[in-house]
Formats: sequence, structure tokens, C-alpha cells
Amino acid sequence: MINREEFLNKRYKSEKRFQFYGKSAIVLALLFLAIFLFKIFSTGYTAFQKTWITIPINYDPEFMYLDADQKPSIQDLEDSEYFDVGIESFAALDQNANEDQITDIKRMFAFIFEEEIKYHILSNPDDFGKIVEVKLTASDDLDQVFKGNYPRELPEERRRVTDYQLKIFDKLSAEGKVESNFNFSFFTNADSREAELAGIASSFMGSLFSILVCLAVSFPVALLAAIYLEEFAPKNRLTDFIEVNINNLAAVPSIVFGLLGLGVLLAVFGLPRSTPLVGGITLSLMTLPTIIIAARASLKAVPPSIREAALAMGASRMQTTLHHTVPLSLPGTLSGTIIGLAQALGETAPLILIGMVAFVNTIPGSPMDPAASLPVQIYIWAESAERGFVEKVSACIMVLLIFLVLMNLVAQMVRHKFEKKWN
Amino acid sequence: MNKIEAKNVNVFYGEKQALFDINMDIQEKQVTALIGPSGCGKSTFLRCLNRMNDVIDICKVEGEIKINDYNINQKATDVVRLREKIGMVFQKPNPFPKTLYENISYGPEIHGMAQSKDELDQIVEDSLKKAALWNEVKDRLNEPGTGLSGGQQQRLCIARAISVKPEVILMDEPCSALDPIATAQIEELIDELKKEHTIVIVTHSMSQAARVSQQTGFFHLGKLIEVGSTDKIFKNPDQKQTQDYITGRFG
Repeated sequence: MINREEFLNKRYKSEKRFQFYGKSAIVLALLFLAIFLFKIFSTGYTAFQKTWITIPINYDPEFMYLDADQKPSIQDLEDSEYFDVGIESFAALDQNANEDQITDIKRMFAFIFEEEIKYHILSNPDDFGKIVEVKLTASDDLDQVFKGNYPRELPEERRRVTDYQLKIFDKLSAEGKVESNFNFSFFTNADSREAELAGIASSFMGSLFSILVCLAVSFPVALLAAIYLEEFAPKNRLTDFIEVNINNLAAVPSIVFGLLGLGVLLAVFGLPRSTPLVGGITLSLMTLPTIIIAARASLKAVPPSIREAALAMGASRMQTTLHHTVPLSLPGTLSGTIIGLAQALGETAPLILIGMVAFVNTIPGSPMDPAASLPVQIYIWAESAERGFVEKVSACIMVLLIFLVLMNLVAQMVRHKFEKKWN
Repeated sequence: MNKIEAKNVNVFYGEKQALFDINMDIQEKQVTALIGPSGCGKSTFLRCLNRMNDVIDICKVEGEIKINDYNINQKATDVVRLREKIGMVFQKPNPFPKTLYENISYGPEIHGMAQSKDELDQIVEDSLKKAALWNEVKDRLNEPGTGLSGGQQQRLCIARAISVKPEVILMDEPCSALDPIATAQIEELIDELKKEHTIVIVTHSMSQAARVSQQTGFFHLGKLIEVGSTDKIFKNPDQKQTQDYITGRFG
């Protein structure tokens, strides 16, 4: 005979063990998430800071090819050259610098130093002929040096930063001429080959336009398809077949949709390459089955008694659907839509195929302009050799993650706010 | 006077036959109860009267169902007009998850019965009064209908059904989800409603059938075994099966 006391104890123990397994699984998942987030944030947060070096700039009329005796007009200042102003000012940092060393000093600054020098004199025309301190963007390598991300201990021939540059930089740094501030240009600039100037504006707008196009194409189509299949279509072999295929469509690898976009939208319809319009339509092929499935599930969840009530009142099938079933199913449909869009937002492969991987240094103003997208931007930057892009990759991931979290929060809110309770 | 005449009604769910040759007359402005054990087809028959079986794809209804001498069981019948004339109350209270007001106003609105907001307000008030619910809810017409108690919800559904002034009201076990007090209120209401409406009620409770109805039909295994005045069915039925069911020997 079984000892029942022992038997009961065994049952309790196995239940405890089971709970322990569950808890460890959750802890493990959270641990991975924490490591992932820590890695991204610790690498990426420095991208939101940018280094500036303040040096005396000599607005000598001679270097600007202007008449020294007469105050120049704004137009004169606009038209004149600033390359020599820069070079002469750089040379002044070290009296004994030879030609190569002056070039080295020039490379310590972003290549837009001419514009920065010009911008200063245009907004302060009175500094004409004077030597004034101007803030210039540091090159991406020195930016990394200042943030402490640069391996200074490497031998010189394996570094892009020379010992001479470091010497000048350390001197300026000791004088308090080097500072880092919030990096606005990361959000306002388009992509650039220079890490210190590269920003996410183009890819952000590209993603936004793609998602909007995707929403505009997939939501109405998916909603109508779901309503027809769920409420009107007869249940027969054909609709079963369609249902199976919609489910299959949701499982098709996204790169296949990319090929479809390439082969049909670009090749047959001749839509403009690399644009959010094509990207959005391609992504909508992916979100379509997701939204149809979500919409059908939430239509199914509306109790049949509501439909019967409306039909028994003499409502037509369309009135029953539009007045009762669809409004009740909308919260579920909308949150499914947002989750589908969030998936599309993170999609890279199909966009690469339709050419949204191109280097775009302009900010798109409409879905018809060439653009990148956030995940593709991550891909482009991750491929770049310069050290300055490492933190940019993480920062871009952070922006994308924040975007996704916000979308999922909205989905949750929609669901909670508009969900109707029935008994 | 006969309001509804059913002749040789057969109903099939796919291959399975659910009703066999039902012939039944239903009197105007009386309460007709349909009784019988579960699965006997009484609800199926009820749903034939307002063509609610149309909703079920595999369901096929044969035979003639005349209401006011017009056969409703034909393709040409406009089910929207039919259901305007024949209201229905279901087993489980199923108010729309909308406000009390919208629950009642929905029918008159889709059928274009009210010319103005005032008229609509009047219809809502009248319907709720007839359903003996007005005094309980008049101050909270903008609250959701699903917030009421079960009995109140069922009276709301009755108010909704009578809002379009139907000639016939079909009730499918309207009290089976309610407590005895709510049941008594609904039964009282049925008594009141029969002055203006013809009522057909499906019920599991023999005592309820005896209390509220003037005519009773007894269904068993898809066949109408016996139909007649409630008095006769309960006191002196012709068929032995009816006798057995009423006295509780089976079912």
C-alpha cells in the first residue's frame, strides 16, 4: 500500500520544483534583456554628446581676399573664401609646425570648419579683422579621444590619430578649450561619411514615411478582408483555403516580400527606387496578414449574442457589422495593427532589396524622396570602419527601441481604454 | 383568430432533421408556450418564425409559415421588415454594450420610426415604461446597459424588442438565467404585453407555462406531439407522452 503522506509530499515538492523552473526561466530572460540594454546604453549614450574645440580664428582681411580699409558688406563676407583663414589659424596653434603638421592640425577638425568659420563672421560682422575665439566641431577621432573611447595606448602607426595631434589636443584640453555638449546634429543631420556629422534625420523620416504608407495601404485592405471573411463569406473549401494561405503569408520570410517589391513595384510599375513609398508598400505586404489575423480574432471574440440581438431588431447584416461588431472589435484590431507596424518598423531585409540601403545625405520631404530607415541605418553604420560610428549604431538602436516601446505602449493603452466589457 | 399558421414545417441542420412536419396555429394577442425536453426543437421552431435560422449556414427550413396570411418562408420575404414586425428576446440577456438609451433607440433609428429627437425620447420612455423599467433607470439613461442586474437587463431587452412596436414577440427561455423575483417580474410583464402583442414563449419550466400561457404546444424529438389550450394540456392531455412529461415521468 502507498504511503499517502509521502505521496502528498511528493506532489507538493513537484509543484514547488515546477514553480522554480518557471521563475528561473523568467530570471534568465530578464538577465539577457538587462545585458542587452546595458550594452546598448553604455556604448550608445556618448553619441548624444559631441566635442567642440575652441580656438582663436584670425579673420585677417588678407586671408579672406578682402580690402582691409573698408568694412565689407554681408554679401562680401558671404562670397569670400575661408579655407586660408582656417589654415592660418591652425598654424598659429603651433609656431614651429611644418607643412605636414599643419595638415595634421586641420584634420583635428570636422571638414565643415570653413562653414563654421564663415557662419561665425556672418553672425558677428564686427569681428572682421580681429582674432576671436570660435567653437569648431572636433573630428570624430578626437571626439572619441575626448570621450575616452579611443585606444591611445596603441602604437602610433596603428592609430588614425597621430602623436602630434594628441599633443596639440591635450594642450588645448588642458587650457579648457575642449568641451562636449548635447549633440543636436545627431537628430537634425542626414547621414554623412563623417561620423561627427552623421545624424538620423533622414532614416527617421524614412521610417516614419514608410510606416505611414504601410498603415495607409494595409489597414483598410486588411480590415475589409477580415470583415468579409469573418462576417459575410460562406464557410466552404475556398474560404478555408484562403484562411490557410493568409496564415502562411504571415510566416513568409520578409526578404521574400523584398524580392516581390523589387520585381513588381520597381521593375513592373517603375516606382522610384529607394523611396519610403515603395518601402511602405512592401512592408504592408508583411503587415497585411498580421492585421487580418488580429482583426479576425477580435471579430470572433465579439459574442454572437450581440449579432443576434442586432439581427433580431431588424438590422441588416451590414448594419449589424458596422454598428455593433466592428466597433466592438476595433480595440483589438488597432492594437494588432500597431504591433504589426512595430514589426514592420524593425524590418531591414526587404528594404535593402528595394534600395533603401543607399547612402542618403538629404532629409526626405515626402514618401517619394529617397531615404534610408532606422534599421537600415543601423546596418549601414555597423558596416562602417570608423570608430565614431560604433556609438552611433548603439544610439540609433536606442532611438529605434524607444520608438518601438512607445508604439507598444500606445497599443496597450488603446486596448485598455476602449475595451468593452460584456457578460 | 390565427396570427401565425405553420404548415408542414421541416427543419434540417445539414443531414440531420431537427423538426418533422410541424403544423401549428398561434392565436393573436395570446401567450403560446412551447414546452418539451432539451433538444426537442422548440427553440428551432421559434427561430423559424423570424427567420433567425438564416444566420446558421447549414440550416434549411421547408414548409409554409404564414404570418397575417403571408408566407414568410420564401426567398422574396424581406427579413428586415419581418424582424421589425416580429421581435425577439433571448435566453441570456444580451443588451448592446452601449448606453441604456442607445439600446432602446437603436431599433426605431434603423427603421426610421422617429422624425425628431423628442419623438425618439418619447419612444424610449414608452418602451421602458411598458417594460416596467422606467422608474428604475430614468435617471441613468446614459449609463451602459451592461451595468444593470440580470433581471433588469432582460427587461431592457424586452423594452428594446417592443420599441419598434412588433406584432409578435418571440421569447426563448427568457427567465432561465434569472432568479425567482426577476422571473416573477418578467411573467407579470408578459401578462401585460399580451394585450397588445402576440407572444410565443419557449420555456423549460412547466409551472411558468401553466402560469403565463393560454395555448401550449408540447414538442418531443422534433415532433409536435400535442397542441391546445393550456388548461387542457395540463389537466387532460390527449397523448400519453404529454401526460408523462407534464407529470415529470421523463424529460
